Amino acid sequence: MEQLLNDFSPGLFIMQSILMLAVIFLMVKFAWKPIVSSLEEREEGIKKALESAEEAKAEMENISSANEQLLKEAREEREKLMKEARETKAKMIADAEEAAQEESAKIIAKAKVSIELEKKEALEQIKKEAAKLSVALAEKILQEELSSASKSAEHVDKLLKEVTLKS
Amino acid sequence: MPIFAEILTKGPLLKGAQMKSRNLFLKSLFFSLALAFSSANLWATDPVKSDEPTHEESADQSVSTEEQISEYIAHHIKDAHDFHLFSYNDSSGHRKHIGFPLPVIVYTSQGLRFFMSSEFHHDDSGHHVVETDGVSLVKYHEKIYELNTGEHAISFGEEGHHDGEHEVGLGDELSDIAEIEEFDASHHPTNAHEVLDLSITKSVFGFLLVSLLMLIAFRSLANQYKKRAVPTGFGRVLEPLVLYVRDEIARPNIGEKHYKRFTGFLLTVFFFIWTSNLLGLTPLGFNITGQLAVTFSLALFTYLITQFSGNKEYWKHIFWMPGVPAPMKVILAPIELLGTLTKPFSLMIRLFANISAGHIVVMSLISIAIIMKSSMGAVGATALSFALSFFLTLIELLVAFLQAYIFTMLSALFIGMAVQEHDHH
Repeated sequence: MEQLLNDFSPGLFIMQSILMLAVIFLMVKFAWKPIVSSLEEREEGIKKALESAEEAKAEMENISSANEQLLKEAREEREKLMKEARETKAKMIADAEEAAQEESAKIIAKAKVSIELEKKEALEQIKKEAAKLSVALAEKILQEELSSASKSAEHVDKLLKEVTLKS
Repeated sequence: MPIFAEILTKGPLLKGAQMKSRNLFLKSLFFSLALAFSSANLWATDPVKSDEPTHEESADQSVSTEEQISEYIAHHIKDAHDFHLFSYNDSSGHRKHIGFPLPVIVYTSQGLRFFMSSEFHHDDSGHHVVETDGVSLVKYHEKIYELNTGEHAISFGEEGHHDGEHEVGLGDELSDIAEIEEFDASHHPTNAHEVLDLSITKSVFGFLLVSLLMLIAFRSLANQYKKRAVPTGFGRVLEPLVLYVRDEIARPNIGEKHYKRFTGFLLTVFFFIWTSNLLGLTPLGFNITGQLAVTFSLALFTYLITQFSGNKEYWKHIFWMPGVPAPMKVILAPIELLGTLTKPFSLMIRLFANISAGHIVVMSLISIAIIMKSSMGAVGATALSFALSFFLTLIELLVAFLQAYIFTMLSALFIGMAVQEHDHH
């Protein structure tokens, strides 16, 4: 202990303390402050970069999910449109068929009516022709048989009536 | 925890990241050593430096016996007034000292005196008197004494076989050397008094060197950040160390809220102690952190910072411990008060003792080469000495870091205790 105390140099202690103060001051001013502040700045930068990367990632996820949604909607829309188109087509075809049928039925009915008319007319015509023919025939008969003209005419009318009833 | 210590013990099991940090550690060690060695070479070969052949004595000054070795080691452990690298005997048998003198600044009874340590002509036994402006100064066991007025030679009080004062004149110098060597270091001169020695001693010189290295290294690191975010080269070694002190020592021990105020001090202390310890392992023979005055000064800084930054809670816990009965509070107060002193005291002793012991053991192991020469032969003794001292120096490399870490860590812990906000009571 005495040896230790004897070896203790007050001068060295004073010098050491003064120099240490100076060195702490110099190191803090010229080294530690700029170093620590740069390190902190860098750490802050890294932290911010990480955060913004995280944000960007979240945003990307958002965007991709929105894309997905859009795609899905578009697909649904397409499906709907296709379905509608298909329905419209079927309906149009059905309508057309119906119309065609109606038309054809109408035409057929008309045709039938006109045929009936034609037939009637033709029958009238034939009746008239037949009457004419009968008259002509009677005339010829009359010309030949002038004497019995009235009897013959009576007889012809009786015959004609029979003919008309038979047709 | 001390990752480096862990790394050194786990050694071969390391992988990946740990491997990286070990490489970094070794690299930084290598750099520090290389730096110190290159500067050593520079000085040793510098022709301007004085190898003054002024103190020429017979060749028996060489260190060979056990007593001489222990004295040599004891001398190394102390501070010195000149920078001495080594001595040898030249062809004519003269003792030559290689090194250079350092300035001596002393505050005497007549005021400040300034001269170079070469004025003492390598004398450390108090024989050579330096006269400067009416003040007579002698150097004895690396302490500078001022002779009382009218005295021309130093004399020592002796117990036992000598009666009264024993004058040591220049004339009977040779016959008295043996007697003076019998004195232990605690013997004080009777006709001279110590002066306040503000010299640039070897330790102060070492401190300046360490400060310069630190300033250059960390200033360049600070400048690197202006150009790039991640430093390159040596800065890349320093940056993790700075981060280590900040994030592993200051932040957890002091707390997130206050640590920034003390980071500068802790960083300075950590790198100063570590660099000084490493410098002490070079052949330059520095022993900065092995000086009690230096560690006392460092511990005093921690003590003062702790006390001045202590908050109300801290003082309350010292003088009126909450949560214990009143009589206990009275008993605890002086104990706690003493505790504030023992904490920095343990810091001082731990660093001083570890570094001094390391130096003593390494030097003792080196001296095996001399002591065992007669029994083992020159080659055997040298090999044994080399193997042992090599192994111990490796351990000392670890101790150098560990002591810096412990000092800084405990300082941070003490400061943390003073600024902590107690909300659990």
